[in-house]
Amino acid sequence: MKYFKVSILLLFTFTLSSCNSDDEGKKTDKDNFDRAALLENWADNIIIPSYENFASYTSDLEAKTEAFVQDPSEAALIDLRESYEEAYLQYQTVALFGVGKAEAINFRMFLNTYPVDEAAVQEKIESGSYNLELPSSYDEQGFPALDLLLNGLAAEDAGILDFYTTHSNASAYLNYLQDVSSRINDLTQEVLSDWQNSFRDQFVSNTASSNTGAVDRLTNDYVMYYEKYLRTGKIGIPAGAFTGNPMPETVEAKYSNGLSKDLYLKALETVQNFFNGKHFDSNETGPSYKQYLDHLNTVKNSTDLSSLINSQFNAIAQQATNLNDDFVEQVKTENTVMLQAFNELQKNVVLLKVDMLQALAISVDYVDTDGD
Amino acid sequence: MKKAFSAYLNKNSEAAPLAVFRIFFGIMMFLSVIRFWWHGWIEKLYITPQFFFSYYGFEWVKPLGEFTYLIFIICGLSALFVAAGFKYRLAIITFFLSFTYIELMDKTTYLNHYFFISILSFLMIFLPANAYYSVDAWQKPKRAFQKIPSWCIDSIKLLIATVYFYAGIAKINSDWLLEAMPLKIWLPSRYDLPLLGDLLQQEWVHYFFSWSGMLYDIVIPFLLLYKPTRVFAFVLVVVFHLVTRILFPIGMFPYIMIVSALIFFDAGLHHRILNFLSGLFKIAKGRFDNGREKYYRPVRRKLVISVLSLFFLIQVLLPWRYLLYPGELFWTEEGFRFSWRVMLMEKAGYAQFKIVNQESGKWFYVKNSDFLTPFQEKQMATQPDFILEYAHFLGKHYKKKGHSNIQVFVENHVALNGRKSTLYIDPEVNLLEHCDSFKTKTFLLPFHDTIKGL
Repeated sequence: MKYFKVSILLLFTFTLSSCNSDDEGKKTDKDNFDRAALLENWADNIIIPSYENFASYTSDLEAKTEAFVQDPSEAALIDLRESYEEAYLQYQTVALFGVGKAEAINFRMFLNTYPVDEAAVQEKIESGSYNLELPSSYDEQGFPALDLLLNGLAAEDAGILDFYTTHSNASAYLNYLQDVSSRINDLTQEVLSDWQNSFRDQFVSNTASSNTGAVDRLTNDYVMYYEKYLRTGKIGIPAGAFTGNPMPETVEAKYSNGLSKDLYLKALETVQNFFNGKHFDSNETGPSYKQYLDHLNTVKNSTDLSSLINSQFNAIAQQATNLNDDFVEQVKTENTVMLQAFNELQKNVVLLKVDMLQALAISVDYVDTDGD
Repeated sequence: MKKAFSAYLNKNSEAAPLAVFRIFFGIMMFLSVIRFWWHGWIEKLYITPQFFFSYYGFEWVKPLGEFTYLIFIICGLSALFVAAGFKYRLAIITFFLSFTYIELMDKTTYLNHYFFISILSFLMIFLPANAYYSVDAWQKPKRAFQKIPSWCIDSIKLLIATVYFYAGIAKINSDWLLEAMPLKIWLPSRYDLPLLGDLLQQEWVHYFFSWSGMLYDIVIPFLLLYKPTRVFAFVLVVVFHLVTRILFPIGMFPYIMIVSALIFFDAGLHHRILNFLSGLFKIAKGRFDNGREKYYRPVRRKLVISVLSLFFLIQVLLPWRYLLYPGELFWTEEGFRFSWRVMLMEKAGYAQFKIVNQESGKWFYVKNSDFLTPFQEKQMATQPDFILEYAHFLGKHYKKKGHSNIQVFVENHVALNGRKSTLYIDPEVNLLEHCDSFKTKTFLLPFHDTIKGL
């Protein structure tokens, strides 16, 4: 009976201590890869500066939209269009950080769900009644809607301007344009201020190893962004990789001549820079996946995974030089080059999702069932 | 020899250890079912998915939509009946059938632990676990016995010993012992554990866990069987399983094994446990201590012994079936399941399926998330029988959607125990030309390394 009691006692203490384990805070040691430093580098040198930069572009976008609404001239349209293109490009530097507020408010969906539903946008404008906060309106706003409103309404600038000046519903068009721009800026400021206020500390201190830990969450998101938004969205779907038929109408920024490739390259560069822990708008680097993998490598003496991943990123960029500046053209004229891009991207899906996640011991799904 | 064996078969011992085992087993199983439900896993694993992976030959076992809950209710209730020893034979048969049905519904969720529960409950069908301290024995004093044949208790010990021993010898391989893999991947990732966290970064700790885990599994059955080392062995059992509970997400299993190990003790301990329970629930334990001994009629005994012998013969042989297949077991997984190969591999994969029209040459890729849950996709991507079954499902699905002359190919990369991922399935092979069977799968590409060992 004595050892029975002892074992029951042991059982309880161990159970309790194991239950607590998930909540224990950060702890650093020289033998341990410093995840707090990793998260700090991500937050302070990459994510927050990227959002700050992007937010300055979205305010400019809102301001230029206002100017255009006040005076719908050709000069104002060209100004606004330039602002839109810059903002769209800078959006690619924040799109992959789908954690915290961005996740909670579906930032990515509201800002960049494409292809835009042209008919729905027209109908909303005509009726004048719409609520852009509804998830059902994902594909009626954001940058794809601006793409339509600034470039897709007519072939020539004069024709586009008609919608905002002489059209019977001109004021409704102006209102919708303004609402879309303002919403992009509002949502961006919301995400940025959340990072600047409480979320930064919460993120950096969440060094837990469980699947709610910040490293785990962001890594899952990083891999998912690369696979789903970069590989599938920007290249795979337009190339018809999942349907067998090229679909030029699904190209990102399809009405903006030649913007699609720039967006792709920017997104690609962002993903690689993040992998290497490169500070935003600087050549300095800090703690990163690369360092983490190199650290684990010294423990395990396995293949030099970070070099493999980096050289594949370079191969993808190299292949991209064969791509037409406009993916709509590319898909229509020579889709095989687009499919080659897909294949190159695919190689890094395997390295990131299989090899890197295995090395980091991060599980790819959120199903929390028992293991053996 | 024959004489010694028949003398052994005639030997009787106290029924209390088996009664205690039955009670704890029933309660643990009941709690496991509740826990499964509580986590929302019935919904998540058996109702939400639109496709389920079947065991070869058991394609007819599928979840029953909302009625799946009913199977779990039946399973949980029968576990309670087992614990109480009420209508025991019916209860344990019901438990075995319902539990096994659940396990057969989708092999995505396969765990050695579940297989252990299935075969243990099968074994218990043939044991008189209700002879003592049960509702059945209370109601029918004629069927109540204080003593039962020793082999009834020993057969449970034998099954537990088999599990440990095979789990131990499976660890005698170069990855586990010489590379400390996959513990070298898993342990450092638990850096935030209090006290242990920093220790788990040390290489020697990985080797220590690997070697001690192997030794523990092989030696523990003997330490439990040998009286002088039994208490020490039990402390080891408790420590070992609680450490695994802390380090890995393995649910109820550690507790089940700890409680099961009690059966190795002499009846004195079990009488004390039952005395304690009797005090708690005001049960007159004396009514069961009737001094009666259970003897089987010769024909019946012969039948039961034959069934159990066959059962154990299968258990002893099953883990070796992998020798019938060429190639590295960890890579092909042919003969991997049902063999107590626990925690041996960190395997991850990515499978991109390609549907090709043979005539026009037109093709497209499949989005796995259209058909599979992330968990299913993860399990599918590293196991050839899953890949084959899924390929046939895709073939049928697209045929139904009006595609013709379909071929199904897969580009599948797999990484095993920290090695760089390599191609797993021959991407040139049309998987529709292959059918699942127990024969070796010829569409697998070879493993470019060797893992020595059993």
